[in-house]
Amino acid sequence: MLTKRIIPCLDIRDGRTVKGTNFVDLRDAGDPVELGMRYASEGADELVFLDITATHEKRKTLSDLARRIAHHINIPFTVGGGISSIDDVSLLLNNGADKISVNTAAFKKPALISELARAFGSQCVVLAIDVKKGPDNQDYVYLNGGRVATQTQCLDWAKRGVDMGAGEILLTSMDHDGTKAGFALELTRLLAENLRVPVIASGGGGKMSHFSEIFKEGKADAALAASIFHFREISIPDLKRYLNSEGIDIRI
Amino acid sequence: MKIVIIKYNAGNIQSVLFALERIDASAEVTDDPERIQGADKVIFPGVGEASSAMNYLKERKLDALIRNLNQPVLGVCLGMQLLCRHSEENDTECLGIFSEQVKKFQPSPGQSLKVPQTGWNNIYDLKSALFTGIAENSFCYCVHGYYAGLGETTIAKTDYVQPYSSALHRGNFYGVQFHPEKSASVGENILRNFIQL
Repeated sequence: MLTKRIIPCLDIRDGRTVKGTNFVDLRDAGDPVELGMRYASEGADELVFLDITATHEKRKTLSDLARRIAHHINIPFTVGGGISSIDDVSLLLNNGADKISVNTAAFKKPALISELARAFGSQCVVLAIDVKKGPDNQDYVYLNGGRVATQTQCLDWAKRGVDMGAGEILLTSMDHDGTKAGFALELTRLLAENLRVPVIASGGGGKMSHFSEIFKEGKADAALAASIFHFREISIPDLKRYLNSEGIDIRI
Repeated sequence: MKIVIIKYNAGNIQSVLFALERIDASAEVTDDPERIQGADKVIFPGVGEASSAMNYLKERKLDALIRNLNQPVLGVCLGMQLLCRHSEENDTECLGIFSEQVKKFQPSPGQSLKVPQTGWNNIYDLKSALFTGIAENSFCYCVHGYYAGLGETTIAKTDYVQPYSSALHRGNFYGVQFHPEKSASVGENILRNFIQL
C-alpha cells in the first residue's frame, strides 16, 4: 500500500538552518545536514530544504549543501528557494538533489516548468504555490515568499502547472501558516481531487489530529511542517504511530 | 571488489554513487566497455524515459554489452524496466533479459490513485538472496508510472493499482523497481546484499 508522507521542512540561510515564523525572529538552528539526518533516522519520509538566502553566493552555497545532504541522507529530498533556470536545477540535481521546487520564477515564466520537465523528468519538478484568501473568499496565488499578490486563482494555476509538467504540488496556505490551527482542508481537497499528481499540504499543522484530518478529509498525499518538528512539539515517531492508529497508511 | 555504475543518460547515477559511499563501498561511474566487463558487480541505474535511454545505449553499443555480462548486474527503476522485454513507454523494445512486459499504470476512476506512483510502498513475497535479512512488507521508495507485471522471474511484489513485480531475478541479472539508494536503511541493506552476492 502506498503510504502518506510526512515531510519536515528546513529553512536555510547562508547554509544554516533557521527557525522562526514569517521571517521574523530567525534563530540559528544548526547544521541542516545534522538536523536532516536526525529526521531521516526518526522516520521522516522525505525532506524539503528551502533556501531563503538573498546573496550572490547563494547558488554555490546551495549546491554545496545539496551535495553534503545527498552524501549523508538516505531518503529523498527536495531543494527550493529562488530557483529560476535550467542551469540552477542542473547544478542541484548533479549534486544529488532528488527534486527541486519552483515558485515565483515558474509563475512569471510558466514555460520554465515544461523546460525542466523535458530536461529532467516531471518526477523531480515540484511546483510550490503560496495561497491566501481574498475578500471575495477565493484562493489567490501569492509570489515572492508571500509578499506579492496576483489575480490568479490557486486551482487554475495548479492545473496549468501540472499540464506544463509539474510532478507534484506543494500547497502552502498563508492563512493557515504559523497558526497551528490545522491545515487548509477544503483547498487541499479541491486540488487533490482535481489534479493527477500528488499534493503536499503545508501550513497550519500544530497537533497530531491536524495531520489525520489533512489525510482523511483533505485527501493530501503528503503533509509538510517545520517548527513543530524543530521545536520538538511533535516527534515524528509519535506522529506516525498516531496516524497508524487512526487507520492511515503510513510507513513505520 | 570492483563495482561499476554504468554511465548513460540516466538521472540517479549520483544518488546511487552516494548511497554506495554511505555503506563504505566505492564505485566507478563509466561507459568504458572494458571497465564494465572487468567489474565484479555492475549497477545499471535509471531515471528517465525508456526509448531515449534505449537509443542512447544502442548508439554506444552498450545494449549488447549489458546483455552479455556474466557478473551480478542490478538494474534500478528504469534500469530494471530496460532489462525487460518490451516497454509500453513509447513502444520500446528493451534488452530482453526478463520476459516481463512493462506497462503503464491504468488506475480505474474508483481507485483515485495517481500516476506516477510517488512515495513509500511495501515489498512482499521476497525470495532472493538480495533480500537476506529484509523483513516482509518492508517499505521502499518508489517513483514510476510504468510497471513490470508478475512472472516467473518475480522475486518481490508490491501492490499499486494491481500487484506488480517490485524485483526480478534471472541468472546473474537482478532488477528492483524501487530506489534502494533512497530507501533508508532497508535500501542500504539491499545494496549491501547485492554487493555480497
